[in-house]
Amino acid sequence: MNALFRNPVAAGFAALAAAILTAATFAIVPETKQAVILRFENPVATINQWQPGQVFGRTGAGMIARIPFIDKIVWIDKRVLDADLDNTLVLSTDQLRLNVDAFARFRIVDPLKAVTSTGSTSNTEERVADQLRPLLGTALRNELGKVPFSSLLSPERGRVMDAIQASLQRNAQQYGAEIVDVRIKHADLPDGSPLESALERMRTARQQEANTIRAQGQKQAQIVRAEAEAQSARIYAESFSKDAQFYDFYRAMESYRRTFGADGGPAPTGSTNIILSPGNDYLREFRGQK
Amino acid sequence: MKILPAWLRRPSILPTTLAADNSKGPWGPGNDDEKSGPRNPWSVPPGGKKAAKPTALDEFLNRAKNVGGGGGGGGMPQLPGGANARALWLIAVALIVIVWVVWTSFHQIGPQQRGVVTYFGRYSGILNPGIRLTLPAPIVNVQKVDVEQVRNDEFPRDGSENVLTGDQNILDLAYTVRWRVENPRDFVFEIQDPEETVRATAESAMRAVIATTTLNEAIGAGRTTIEARVAQTMQQILNDYQAGVRVQGVSIKQASAPASLIDDFNAVTAAQQQAVGALNNARSYSQQVIAQAQGEAARFDKVYGEYKLAPEVTRRRMYYETMEAVLAKTDKTIVEPSGVMPYLPLGQQRKLEEPRAAAPATLPAQPAPTTGAPR
Repeated sequence: MNALFRNPVAAGFAALAAAILTAATFAIVPETKQAVILRFENPVATINQWQPGQVFGRTGAGMIARIPFIDKIVWIDKRVLDADLDNTLVLSTDQLRLNVDAFARFRIVDPLKAVTSTGSTSNTEERVADQLRPLLGTALRNELGKVPFSSLLSPERGRVMDAIQASLQRNAQQYGAEIVDVRIKHADLPDGSPLESALERMRTARQQEANTIRAQGQKQAQIVRAEAEAQSARIYAESFSKDAQFYDFYRAMESYRRTFGADGGPAPTGSTNIILSPGNDYLREFRGQK
Repeated sequence: MKILPAWLRRPSILPTTLAADNSKGPWGPGNDDEKSGPRNPWSVPPGGKKAAKPTALDEFLNRAKNVGGGGGGGGMPQLPGGANARALWLIAVALIVIVWVVWTSFHQIGPQQRGVVTYFGRYSGILNPGIRLTLPAPIVNVQKVDVEQVRNDEFPRDGSENVLTGDQNILDLAYTVRWRVENPRDFVFEIQDPEETVRATAESAMRAVIATTTLNEAIGAGRTTIEARVAQTMQQILNDYQAGVRVQGVSIKQASAPASLIDDFNAVTAAQQQAVGALNNARSYSQQVIAQAQGEAARFDKVYGEYKLAPEVTRRRMYYETMEAVLAKTDKTIVEPSGVMPYLPLGQQRKLEEPRAAAPATLPAQPAPTTGAPR
């Protein structure tokens, strides 16, 4: 103790050395990271490697010790990672072009393989994602090229995604990655003619619908009118057929009045000349002969 | 390990527990000041007196200057020496350690937060709201996560986007997703970028659901169903990821036909109105026709009832009345078989005696012609 007081600088340096040594020996592995320990660039251990069904708190995370300055730690993310792929042009079987944004969620389950296959000791996850991206693009183009455009917009879509995931999984194994999920984010018609023609098709469909609705309306209206006419005919018939002869007379009288403008209605157009022969029934009495 | 230069600059004697923290990278906020604090505040000691005799430190510094070493930080300032100085050193170091321990042992967890506790990096539990005490860093680390706050994600971030429907139509869509952290442990440990994952999941789920509905459903009555299905699909995907996220709800702000087609969609609505209008016209016409028929039939029935009581008389009466009315309104010409006998109404000269075969004389219409016998 006295020595320490007498020589604080030496004490400081001793503490410093101890601190450096401690820091170089012990490392904390968090829950979110896996570690590969390289001894003279040779991997000797993986720590906190992802295992299915592990519970947090009982993983390999925690404090680890290593040989200072000899063992090197390569950190690899343990969480679910993301490889995004934007604007991939896909051609469906019916030659429709489609702009697809997709993503793959993956997890590095074999950190050692990830390190050796990418040959990187830093940002390994990003390297793996960079490797997976083109593979995802290829898988997308292959699988979506096998199906018609309409099946992308149907429940079949799930099957297509599963196929993409399976084909990507085969490739991902060599990078020590496991594909958790592959999904299509966007599947849009590219701008320009495909989009325009789709809009045009929608437009004509709407016009057709409008015309159909109008025609149906006309049809309904005509049916309603015809029914009304039929019903009125029935009403007339029911009433007039009680005495057809009298109806004939009655209706004739009414018709005369109307025709010659004597029913109080509008005056008939055109003048009327009636030429009566004396034999006319109306002039029977006029002639004075019985 | 990377911050060793900082260590070289620091003349304080730190306990080795702190050393491990250096491997962890950046200092927490507020620690930096205390760490580098001792150098300047103590360069001019409170006593204000210079060291009386050169201490080992001074000698060392002189030697160091000569050699040109002495570590980073541009040379040490003159440090106080003697017994006082030693006491100050100790106090300073102790103070730093105490501040450090207090700073990292007490955690104020807000009512909407939970603290995820890691013990040497290993998960060891969740801290509930309140002032909580743990072992100091670097042994124990606490990460606060907001679990109550409902986060709103807008899709797209502005305006609206085109989505393809199941019947290969294009839909203009804008929607909001509300979610919150349900399991802070999973939220922190399972996904690299949880927020982005939620966004991507929402977009994917929404498109998958829209791709199974028709345009008319999406812009019409199907909205609520779509919202519920998207929320359900999202929740399922996120559960597969073990994201520790609870989807509170999805609400569609806008689902309409593309702007350039609005007129055509309105035309359909107009056609529907027209169809309804045509039908209404037809209905009113049918009411009219039937009412007229009923009226005429009723009229006939009444007349017929009278007629049956006295058929012949009624018949003659009706005939004469009709003829009267008709002939009163018309020009009349009576033609005898021997020739033409113009029948003259009142106020006109009679031409009965003129025996000539003439064409019927057309007479001007008279307001009150008579059908009586000639005078």
